[in-house]
Amino acid sequence: MLEYSLLAGLVFGLYFCLVGLGLNLVFGVMRIVNLAHGDFLMLGAFGAFWLFNLSGLNPVWSVFIMLAVFTALGLPLYYLLVPRLQRAKDPEMLSIILFFGLSQVIEALATIVFGPSERSIPGRVFGSGPVSLLGQSLPAAWIASAIASGVAVLFIYLYLYRTRLGYLTRAVMVHREEALATGIDVDRVSAIAFGIGIALAAIAGVFAPFMLGSVTPAMGPDINIQSFAVIVVGSLGNPLGTILGGIVYGISLAFMQSYFSSWANLLPYVLLIFILLVRPSGLLGRQVRSA
Amino acid sequence: MPRWLRHTLLTVVPVIAAAALLPLGYSNQLLLFNFVVFLTLAQGVNVIYGFTGYLPFGYVGFFGAGAYGFSLCVLHLHMAPLAALGVGAAAAILLGLLLTPLLRLSGAYFAIANLAASLAVYQVVSNPNLENITKGPYGISLSGVFNPTLAYSVAVLILAATLGLAVYLRNSRFGLSLQAIREDAISASMAGIDVVRSRTLAWLLSALVAGLSGGVFAWYVSVFYPETVFSPEFSIFAIVFALFGGVATVTGPILGVIILYGIYNAIGISTPQYFQLLYGLLIMGLVLFLPNGLVSLFKRWGIDVP
Repeated sequence: MLEYSLLAGLVFGLYFCLVGLGLNLVFGVMRIVNLAHGDFLMLGAFGAFWLFNLSGLNPVWSVFIMLAVFTALGLPLYYLLVPRLQRAKDPEMLSIILFFGLSQVIEALATIVFGPSERSIPGRVFGSGPVSLLGQSLPAAWIASAIASGVAVLFIYLYLYRTRLGYLTRAVMVHREEALATGIDVDRVSAIAFGIGIALAAIAGVFAPFMLGSVTPAMGPDINIQSFAVIVVGSLGNPLGTILGGIVYGISLAFMQSYFSSWANLLPYVLLIFILLVRPSGLLGRQVRSA
Repeated sequence: MPRWLRHTLLTVVPVIAAAALLPLGYSNQLLLFNFVVFLTLAQGVNVIYGFTGYLPFGYVGFFGAGAYGFSLCVLHLHMAPLAALGVGAAAAILLGLLLTPLLRLSGAYFAIANLAASLAVYQVVSNPNLENITKGPYGISLSGVFNPTLAYSVAVLILAATLGLAVYLRNSRFGLSLQAIREDAISASMAGIDVVRSRTLAWLLSALVAGLSGGVFAWYVSVFYPETVFSPEFSIFAIVFALFGGVATVTGPILGVIILYGIYNAIGISTPQYFQLLYGLLIMGLVLFLPNGLVSLFKRWGIDVP
């Protein structure tokens, strides 16, 4: 039981890193809160569902399609919304309301197009039967999702720390105005980060049918809260902190579900409030509290 | 004529007169009741967001606390509805006190933590393990005290008091000091404003408004589920209505409720997804092009709006 919870927690933790990573990247670079994050995840899940149903495409390949489609969608969306928002008096606060509006639009359109019913992809697309790992048996779809999440996180690490664009991105994260003053094209860097951020949400969505249960157009807000719990525990604005946050969250969730299952739903909320009050900068990170 | 009196005559008096007289000639009292509830909640959001600058994304927590405080007293202690309403309000204030540490968080962090808090309260109340106390997810039925006419009148009185509070904040030193905190908490404290005390007071007043409305809502509908009174729609609608009209005024939230909740009732009930689409687009347009709401248009034309 203990080993199982720990292992399942790690597997889910890796997946939750992926869920929170895009939100944290967008927050870190632009200092805006993308409350439509969960809705992009939902769109990714529906994309994978339709690709699987229409052409039998394995979700692993859908990942690449989602990456291309959502990065391409993110760039114009950035230029449409964010520069105008950044000129407002309090962009961080207004971003919550703006992206809440966007999330409502996406949810409404998804309900109109897909209908409100629940969808899922059978877990056997990743091979039949459970996989045995360290003496515990876990569903193959969980392992596949965890591996895909790990690979995505690795790519983000390489992008941020091993490419020139990533170097510029980190410069914008540290200080937007100074980055602008040194001649970095802040808008271009931010637009790419925004595209990658929502593409990460969509990729997490591809695996949502296996990790989070069936998908519906209304799943977004719930995902948002869980993503927030993950990135606040890690550290807001530090994408790599998300890895720690995801794993802490995944393992706590697995333990709650094994030992106090009827109270497990409380976990993300309590964890979120507790960390914000006790250590608002997250486990690794900078100051956010004021007054 | 003093400004506060003019504001009262222009806003509070017509709204209360309409709310009190419309049931005489219009039979759909439930619709009117919902309007009264949202007019009250939008002003409650106005107190904490409009004047003080904290966005209460989990405002419904106080509404639900009020509804459950009221219902549990009626169910278990067989209290009279008006006394139970007081307990409901006390429950909301207690929750507000419990959440005061959240006021230390700034901007977005406060909004998210408040949302999480309201969801946590909902999870506790609807937990099947607490069925003996809260009836868990199975809902509450208060048929013994069912009295929609009286409940409606009390709701109108609560609305009148809330509008009075908004007029007071709009025209008083206290309201002005809250706005100073919203603009810049550090400068405000340099100017001699007790920031912590003022914002806590505004927070608790706003909790009180939602708690009273939640209690009277429970009384009026008398049969409900935890997801009814903790529905995030209450927070969202109240915030959007207030923002749409324009916060930190008395008129703004009233206009927002009448226009948007009017549209909601015209198209939102039969085809909720189209209303959701419309109000999603409205919110986005509002933030990008008119962040201070409809009434800022009047201000731009040089008209003083109450």
